[in-house]
Amino acid sequence: MSRRSMNLTLRVWRQKGPKVRGAFVSYQAKDISPDQSFLEMLDTVNQDLLLKGEEPIHFDNDCREGICGACSMVINGQAHGPLKGTTTCQLHMRHFNDGDTVVIEPWRAKAFPVVKDLIVDRQSLDRIITSGGFVSVDVGGAPDANAVLVPKEDAEEAMDAAACIGCGACAASCKNASAMLFVSAKVSQLALLPQGHPERQRRVTEMIQVMQDAGFGNCTNESECEAACPKSISVSHIARMNREFLLSTLTRRR
Amino acid sequence: MSLDSHVPGGPIQEKWDRYRFDLKLVNPANKRKYDIIIVGTGLAGASAAATLAELGYNVKLFCIQDSPRRAHSIAAQGGINAAKNYPNDGDSIWRLFYDTVKGGDFRAREANVYRLAQVSGSIIDQCVAQGVPFARDYSGLLANRSFGGAQVSRTFYARGQTGQQLLLGAYSSLMRQVGTGKVKLYPRHEMLDLALVNGVARGIVTRDLLTGAIEAHVAGAVVLATGGYSRIFYLSTNAVACNVTAAWRAHRRGALFANPCYTQIHPTCIPVHGTRQSKLTLMSESLRNDGRVWVPKNPGDKRPPRSIPEEERDYYLERKYPSFGNLVPRDVASRAAKQICDAGRGVGETGLAVYLDFADSIKRDGIGKMREEYGNLFDMYQLITAEDPTQVPMRIYPAPHYTMGGLWVDYNLMSNIPGLFVIGEANFSDHGANRLGASALMQGLADGYFILPYTIGGYLASSSLPRVGVADEPVAGLVKENSERLTRLLSIKGKRTLDDLHREMGLLLWNKCGMSRNAQGLTEAKKRIPELRQEFWENAIVSGTDRDLNQMLEYAGRVADFLEFGELLVEDALTRAESCGGHFREESQTPDNEAMRDDANFCHVAAWEFTGVGRPPVLHKEPLTFEHVKPAQRSYK
Repeated sequence: MSRRSMNLTLRVWRQKGPKVRGAFVSYQAKDISPDQSFLEMLDTVNQDLLLKGEEPIHFDNDCREGICGACSMVINGQAHGPLKGTTTCQLHMRHFNDGDTVVIEPWRAKAFPVVKDLIVDRQSLDRIITSGGFVSVDVGGAPDANAVLVPKEDAEEAMDAAACIGCGACAASCKNASAMLFVSAKVSQLALLPQGHPERQRRVTEMIQVMQDAGFGNCTNESECEAACPKSISVSHIARMNREFLLSTLTRRR
Repeated sequence: MSLDSHVPGGPIQEKWDRYRFDLKLVNPANKRKYDIIIVGTGLAGASAAATLAELGYNVKLFCIQDSPRRAHSIAAQGGINAAKNYPNDGDSIWRLFYDTVKGGDFRAREANVYRLAQVSGSIIDQCVAQGVPFARDYSGLLANRSFGGAQVSRTFYARGQTGQQLLLGAYSSLMRQVGTGKVKLYPRHEMLDLALVNGVARGIVTRDLLTGAIEAHVAGAVVLATGGYSRIFYLSTNAVACNVTAAWRAHRRGALFANPCYTQIHPTCIPVHGTRQSKLTLMSESLRNDGRVWVPKNPGDKRPPRSIPEEERDYYLERKYPSFGNLVPRDVASRAAKQICDAGRGVGETGLAVYLDFADSIKRDGIGKMREEYGNLFDMYQLITAEDPTQVPMRIYPAPHYTMGGLWVDYNLMSNIPGLFVIGEANFSDHGANRLGASALMQGLADGYFILPYTIGGYLASSSLPRVGVADEPVAGLVKENSERLTRLLSIKGKRTLDDLHREMGLLLWNKCGMSRNAQGLTEAKKRIPELRQEFWENAIVSGTDRDLNQMLEYAGRVADFLEFGELLVEDALTRAESCGGHFREESQTPDNEAMRDDANFCHVAAWEFTGVGRPPVLHKEPLTFEHVKPAQRSYK
């Protein structure tokens, strides 16, 4: 591991609140170790700002191990930065060079209004799940876990889809700000498992409706979402969702 | 104050069934008349909220994250235990019960642990029905693996993301209830205080983290599901927002805090690499199923690991514990790593690491099989360290991970304050002095899906609760009091950052009250913490205002609470002059350096009562009796 420290110039989106105009502000990140994570680099900058009596840069973050989905920033034009299959919190500074200028922005999408600096409101994603991203099973009525067989291949593919962390990078990277990858990951997971079958038609129509109402756009097959997804969720789930949707539209009993 | 655990009588196998029959029921039509406040949306909070709403109660649910799906349960990797005995390898409710009591070093309540083992199977049934994609065999049946400290394969898993999948299952059930209107969700809200009316918990005070508004909420009962306090060590595997504030605020209002010194230091974490690290990353201990732990036999051997011949390696866990080998419980594995490193045989730049080597398993089962089991963990390791663990052994070292201590609760999961329930990691729980791997997820979901929904009904049905409004005293006064505390925090115009102060306290606790503790170090820490607390209130930098989103103000409140709680943690560690589980007192060890309990003097739960900041807390003891698992020196040899 290299021990060489580096200096970077940051251009960070600062915005005091949802209704205030924002702007880019330049900061120097000094003496950064290549082993620091991107968020730890921002921590260092914030420590300097605090000591100077300035307001620190606000950003969402929590687990810092790539699973909670809280961190959400566009780095040099890419959601979660340059490294494939990685959240911002797991992006390390060894992927940057001394003297680099790094531009940092919040997610940009109509359905993700900016709250402050790099923090956006992602409750639209929760609303989509509320509309149908579940199996309607109350506690107490479940049969024995091994009563229903699930082919291993289906379970594995369902798990591929279920790996979604709900960060919203798919919508942030899409020119249409579409959340199709997010929605399809849940639709696909539950369509692949027998437990999800009874509600599959209702689920897909309701979730797509709420997605559209929230202001997310439609899919035009650019696959930017898959490229930005920190869990590398495949756009093939969008194809499955479209099939589910079509089938539901044609055959759903109302 | 008398501490009554309310453990029902009768044979241990029948206690829970009989007790559920004895509990009063709330008439189905009356459930909608009750509001219940739940704080926290991890496995315990989300499962409790969904279940209580399904039953018909009105739930008000609070979390500090922007979405309930982000609670830290999401980061649990390895798996969840259940006594299903699907692999036919001799598991049973009794064995899970026995293993948990023994693994906890005989410091847990037998009746609670038995109940936990009893409901474990139903948890798996429920999760599968929700669409949790557990690992399966080609038969289509569920797969199991063995996990730290168990000799049977009772652990269910979803790759290395079991916590995520279980939490998303609970979250989906919860969001379904949000859709029905039975759960009202308050994301980005932090609990600042507990409201008591005539000694009964009737509400909480919260801060809306977006607008800064401080509000009171009232209900028939309050449930805390706010997790553990490992972040007191600053560097831990916990998410950075994990904190003790909700539990501590309840403690300040009279809830007893039990066994705070029982902290779990997890053996397999990526070692510390620099001074600006914000957290440590866990590598699931499922890796110990196939990875072999070793260090060079000779101190100071700096050759690269692959150049060290087999005969010059010390597979010290296999050598010291031939029957459990690399699968010894966490406390034993962590202590062994520390002892080896303290003896100068650690590896890596800092010497504070040991190898976890997959070469033999890759040779035996192939790299494909290893990647199928651990692919995401290998990738995570490589992202952080830039080393490929299939080519060079992982380097690992213990790190704070989980806290067995928490608010004291009885068999109903109710604290000593009527109406205040505590579930999941936040209570002092069923794990005694050491938690076994894959048992945290089990306990969180057991509490939320299958235990609390019954016991809280019994409480509500047998209590007469007068109407309380948010404008009534003493509730209204608490809003003002908490608002003044924030003003006080913002008025500190100091020169040290919160991060800097938190780091100093964390390092102090890690050194004096971490994997190994002694009276002298603990006494030093006890003296130093109040000094740090004073420095905090005089010299911290708390920027911004209380009228909008202010992450520094949030952090300041949490650090302030850690600085009060830290003193209690050290006091408990000092008072418990025995070793047990994760609490290792150097003065109390066997000739071969294993933890030596002192059952004659310490076979009790230590429940502490708050008497004021900086004033000595009062100790209450709940004696522990063991009718079924006879306390013995734990041996994994």
